[in-house]
Amino acid sequence: MDLKDKIVSSYVAFEDKVNLNSNVHEIRSKAFQNFEDLGFPTRKLEAWKYTSLNSVLSEDYSLFPSKEVSIDLADVKKYFIHDIDTYKVVFIDGKYSSFLSETTHEAFDVCLMSSALTKPKYKAVIENYFNKVAKQDNLTSLNTAFAKEGAYIYIPRNTEVEKPIQIINFTTGSEEATMLQPRNLIVAEQNAHVQIIERHQSLTSNAVLTNSVTEVFADRHATVDYYKIQNDEITASLVDNTYIEQQSESTVSVHTFSFGGKITRNNLNFYQKGEHINSILKGVTILEGKQHVDHHTLVHHIEPNCESHQDYKGIYDERSTGVFNGKVVVEKEAQKTNAYQQNNNVLVSDKATMNAKPQLEIFADDVRCSHGCTIGQLDDQALFYMQQRGIPLKEARALLMYAFANTVLESVKIPEVQNRITKIIAHKLGVNIGFDL
Amino acid sequence: MSKYTEDDLREELKTKEYEYGFYTDIESETFAKGLNEDVVRAISQKKNEPEWMTEWRLEAFRIWSEMEEPEWANVTYPKPDFQEIAYYSAPKKKPKLNSLDEVDPEMLATFEKLGISLEEQKRLANVAVDIVMDSVSVATTFKETLAEKGIIFMPISEAIQEHPELVKKYIGSVVPPTDNFYAALNSAVFSDGSFCYIPKGVKCPMELSTYFRINEGGTGQFERTLVVADEASYVSYLEGCTAPQRDENQLHAAVVELIAMDDAEIKYSTVQNWFPGDNEGKGGVFNFVTKRGLCETNAKISWTQVETGSAVTWKYPSCVLKGNNSVGEFYSIAVTNNFQQADTGTKMIHLGKNTKSTIISKGISAGKSQNSYRGLVQINSRAENARNFSQCDSLLMGNECGAHTFPYIEAKNKTAQIEHEATTSKIGEDQLFYCNQRGIDTEKAIALIVNGFSKEVLNKLPMEFAVEAQKLLEISLEGSVG
Repeated sequence: MDLKDKIVSSYVAFEDKVNLNSNVHEIRSKAFQNFEDLGFPTRKLEAWKYTSLNSVLSEDYSLFPSKEVSIDLADVKKYFIHDIDTYKVVFIDGKYSSFLSETTHEAFDVCLMSSALTKPKYKAVIENYFNKVAKQDNLTSLNTAFAKEGAYIYIPRNTEVEKPIQIINFTTGSEEATMLQPRNLIVAEQNAHVQIIERHQSLTSNAVLTNSVTEVFADRHATVDYYKIQNDEITASLVDNTYIEQQSESTVSVHTFSFGGKITRNNLNFYQKGEHINSILKGVTILEGKQHVDHHTLVHHIEPNCESHQDYKGIYDERSTGVFNGKVVVEKEAQKTNAYQQNNNVLVSDKATMNAKPQLEIFADDVRCSHGCTIGQLDDQALFYMQQRGIPLKEARALLMYAFANTVLESVKIPEVQNRITKIIAHKLGVNIGFDL
Repeated sequence: MSKYTEDDLREELKTKEYEYGFYTDIESETFAKGLNEDVVRAISQKKNEPEWMTEWRLEAFRIWSEMEEPEWANVTYPKPDFQEIAYYSAPKKKPKLNSLDEVDPEMLATFEKLGISLEEQKRLANVAVDIVMDSVSVATTFKETLAEKGIIFMPISEAIQEHPELVKKYIGSVVPPTDNFYAALNSAVFSDGSFCYIPKGVKCPMELSTYFRINEGGTGQFERTLVVADEASYVSYLEGCTAPQRDENQLHAAVVELIAMDDAEIKYSTVQNWFPGDNEGKGGVFNFVTKRGLCETNAKISWTQVETGSAVTWKYPSCVLKGNNSVGEFYSIAVTNNFQQADTGTKMIHLGKNTKSTIISKGISAGKSQNSYRGLVQINSRAENARNFSQCDSLLMGNECGAHTFPYIEAKNKTAQIEHEATTSKIGEDQLFYCNQRGIDTEKAIALIVNGFSKEVLNKLPMEFAVEAQKLLEISLEGSVG
């Protein structure tokens, strides 16, 4: 039985466990229908031209891991940004772990999607925001159909969240293969500020497929700072769908650090629904082995006087493949738009592949839009220069690569995250230097 | 200073009808509409083609019947009904001529109106002109001069008769009938076109040019061009077009194949000014063209195009850089106005070592038009030290048009160096103000700025074309600045 049939036939079992008479379930049923019609994406779709999910979909996934597994904090501490105080929403095999988490309901809500979807207290917010900005495509519909658990973050107006919020999904490998459908909702009301760090981590080498959907709403003047750290096992795959809707004068930035995983597909979509909005999309990708990362971004400029900045850096070694498909759409009304898109790539090995498709669709005339895309290699002269001065080749290469990725790193606002990323990069490049020479 | 506002300009442009829209009344022999194997056979018979050519066409027809029309391009248009097209039309008085005096005077008048005076060109421009009027060549000039050098330049139908071994060897070798829907259609029903062969080590002494015209109402034009440059030879080929005004949409599905052998160089320039439809978007030519060149070792192919006409353009002149050290170039200006749609660009396929490609694409959109650049740069795993530079600039005039870029970049070799840049902008008010300040009126200023914007490409055109192209740009764009 292929995965789609398995999912379709298991929906009845899923319905047993949720309240069927809610608005949310109506949305789920519709999405389920949609997924049943569309199925999984294939390479015949333009958006999936360079990424095939076949190797991932062939596993026999367990859709609702039932075993309760507890894990020791000591074992997983390294996956947290543990040197600062943070709120934490932690899931183990898709289930909330109250032991590892630290949530709040005081000035704002950092809690669970499962309670938000069922408790009357959250009804208004859910009705206003749930599944509103998410695109109704195949994988998002699949997630919506099974949407049950995830992080729910609601920040009321004029509130600044004093410490970052970490959302971490662990998979323990209690089943041969696990499929997860986490669903997050983040609402920042007027003038709210919030910082979020997200991570998906598999703890064994059993196969994992995570199909995550996150919706972010930033109201007027709100600031959302989102960091995605992807450094998973080689047996874990991730489809990360993020949809962001921004109102006037809000700023949302998303940094995606992709260092691991088998197939990682990042669908990052920004919709600008007001004026003077700033959207920032940045990413560093460092791959090896047969890893595959596909960044698929969309910035939709709908109103005038907005900005967007994209900067994606990629380093590809061994047989890894990278994809960058960045799309900027500027509508007719969106005059005075400033849209920048930059994608630079370094191929380290002969077997590595990079496919890029930086796309512009522009319908307004008074705009400044530019994109640049390069694929190249490290500068031999620079390497020679450093070697002359006693820096070994390996370190010299690492330094150059680090400098290459640094334009993205320097805009990270949480120093501890910056440090962590720097360490991961050093580890990735096999050197033991701090890059602060 | 007279008050000549942008609105005036826009008004003037709107009322500016297609200047070259006229219809020559030459009795034509036209096939009944429709397409089936018999029609393909009949076309082949009509042209007195050898058996292998007929078979080749039939094979292409079979392939075509199983294909579906592509829909991925960023254009919308009513699908042509392929059974509503007449697939063959030839002027009835089929003159075999050696000099211009023998050409039908009415036809000569047509060319005169277009500003193509054969006499003048013959005398002044030193250009050999192979005129294709509704698919059959009626006049070939300078043939003798070329023959001295061993250069073969003739209608492809004649080449099939006279040089079957060359045609058989190369036709379909770069664009096989299986390539795409329109290439298959063309392969089945192509009526005529040009064939050019430059022997080893010969530098073609003059620019070769062909003027294509679509004339008969309801006739599809299916040109087939094959240019073979043998080792260490050089040729510059020019192609330009205008078409009479017509209400129903006309389909043009041409195939151009270029083969540059070791050390050879081919320069292929196009100025395309087919009827773009009136200012309500009615009528106009559908231009679905497959153009591709193959470069062997050290060879170079350079495509230059100025696209100002056609209601729908769908065209990607490409280079397959097969040999080591081969070079591919693509320089393009695509101008769209009113309701025109253009989806054009190039493909650079790097297979050999040290291959280089350059892409300069300038898109100018005005009115309610849509202008897309779609390009592919592919570096294969064995293409060591491949180098590509791409630049796509778009200029938008008015807020009802669109400019789009769809670049595909695929690198499979670490030594590849690829750069891609794209910008979108409009003519700045400060730029106009600067010109106005210095006594240059707005219209002239726009022409000046557009000219500067397009200069990199215009410079690549041969002299004769550069002048014509510049004029075309002005006609197509006057006053459409918002």
